[in-house]
Amino acid sequence: MKRLLVANRGEIAVRIIRAARDLGISTVAVHSTADAEARHVRLADTAVEIGPPQAGKSYLVIDAILDAARSAGADAVHPGYGFLSERAGFAAAVADAGLAFVGPDAAVIDQMGDKVRARQVAMAAGVPTVPGTRGGVENVEAAVAAAVEIGYPIMLKAAAGGGGRGIRVVEDEAGLRTAFPAASREAASAFGDGRMYLERFVRRARHVEVQVLGDGSDAVHLFERECSLQRRRQKVVEEALAPGIDAAVRDAMTAAAARLAREVGYRSAGTVEFLVDDQTHEFFFIEMNTRIQVEHPTTELVTGIDLVAEQLRIAAGERLRHAQDGIAARGWAIEFRVNAEDPARGFLPSPGKVGRVELPAGPWVRVDTWLEPDVTVPPFYDSLLAKVVVWGEDRESAIRRSRRALAEFAVEGVPTTAGLHTEILDQDWFAAGEFHTGTLEQWLSDREEATP
Amino acid sequence: MSRRHEVVSPIPGVFYRRPDPDSDPFAIEGQVIGADDTVCLVEVMKSFHQVPAGAAGTLVQFLVENEDVVDAGQPVAVIEAG
Repeated sequence: MKRLLVANRGEIAVRIIRAARDLGISTVAVHSTADAEARHVRLADTAVEIGPPQAGKSYLVIDAILDAARSAGADAVHPGYGFLSERAGFAAAVADAGLAFVGPDAAVIDQMGDKVRARQVAMAAGVPTVPGTRGGVENVEAAVAAAVEIGYPIMLKAAAGGGGRGIRVVEDEAGLRTAFPAASREAASAFGDGRMYLERFVRRARHVEVQVLGDGSDAVHLFERECSLQRRRQKVVEEALAPGIDAAVRDAMTAAAARLAREVGYRSAGTVEFLVDDQTHEFFFIEMNTRIQVEHPTTELVTGIDLVAEQLRIAAGERLRHAQDGIAARGWAIEFRVNAEDPARGFLPSPGKVGRVELPAGPWVRVDTWLEPDVTVPPFYDSLLAKVVVWGEDRESAIRRSRRALAEFAVEGVPTTAGLHTEILDQDWFAAGEFHTGTLEQWLSDREEATP
Repeated sequence: MSRRHEVVSPIPGVFYRRPDPDSDPFAIEGQVIGADDTVCLVEVMKSFHQVPAGAAGTLVQFLVENEDVVDAGQPVAVIEAG
């Protein structure tokens, strides 16, 4: 690999260009007309304009990116996250053009992108999935029998349904006997099919995911990240490792993730997502992300392994350089996503012209960003301005250092979510590591009521 | 007496006339609409905001094309309020 085209923008494009440069690989940036002056464009060795501001007419146009790769003489393409990163068709088109795709094979992206197939692969690899019926059940007695196997509480869903309609949670057999006929009737009238699907309902779930690296034949894990603090399914704060996970669960879950990666012949960096029941500590496979993730720096800080550099090496045909017993996790890392959104106005996205910028620095503080003084935050892309990632020798010191780092963060001109992170750090539930996927939204809504 | 009302985009972003590519437009030229009816969507930073007409009347003209880039405060449609 001599020349890498980065098919992305913003902080992840900057991040990838830096890793490539560390490895002596030259880089090609692509950009829309809105990003002509952007940092990733200036950092790359070559830049190619690929279209107007709208992502659908530039960053998402496969032909434009392949034309740019050909004209700039690239021999590899890194998709970053978002945009085309999990499109099997893009991976296939890159390969068909004779270029190395920095990611898994198109067939693997396809397989893991399909929830039903991914669940089947997980089962084949002996990875636990959320207990549930395979298909629909037709009557109360069948549902009661299935529920004994699955365990209460149970979530009832219309087998033919979608969009969250007709979902009921039942606590016990009596509740199931009452709810089933009504839910089934609703399903029959809404979808013309009264069959119901039963699934274990995890009331207090943590979202924990395991980072894996594979070279197509072998795979290793790089421990886990806790990603429960979410707003509208967007992660807000992530950390590595996961608090509230004991050694036995960690060992079993990380081993399961590596097993799944080996089962599918995974090549590149990927993430296996799990739901962890906060009460029973059981873990269940949800899905696999076949790309580098926004929160990958937390894993890098605790393991000392540059995940993007490893992706590039693997895409160039190298075998895994790390054996499982050589990968250790040391200390604790926390990442805060700072977005151009206004927490005081319902997180309204807030593009605009930026003035002064002060970024945190100092010992064990890393800021991945594209932000610079006097830039314009365009309205066309996501609102991520910067990731403030902090390492400490334990979770407590990482939290203390996070307060310091966030206090140094200053951006004039656009509202940001930096102040909100400082507030989160001050919450008892955060300090204690006692939170689940519903905690942040609940806290935000309580907070809104408290300060009208 | 009818008067001219301009529908203005409250935010910068990308202008869409349909809720999604497979649906009908929110409104077409010549259509009579209510003040609270949605005229278009503006996408800013991957979040979609519905823009209401703001006045009841006949939508006489769109001033921008579907998927055009608009600024905050830019007129996007004209309504003959009556």
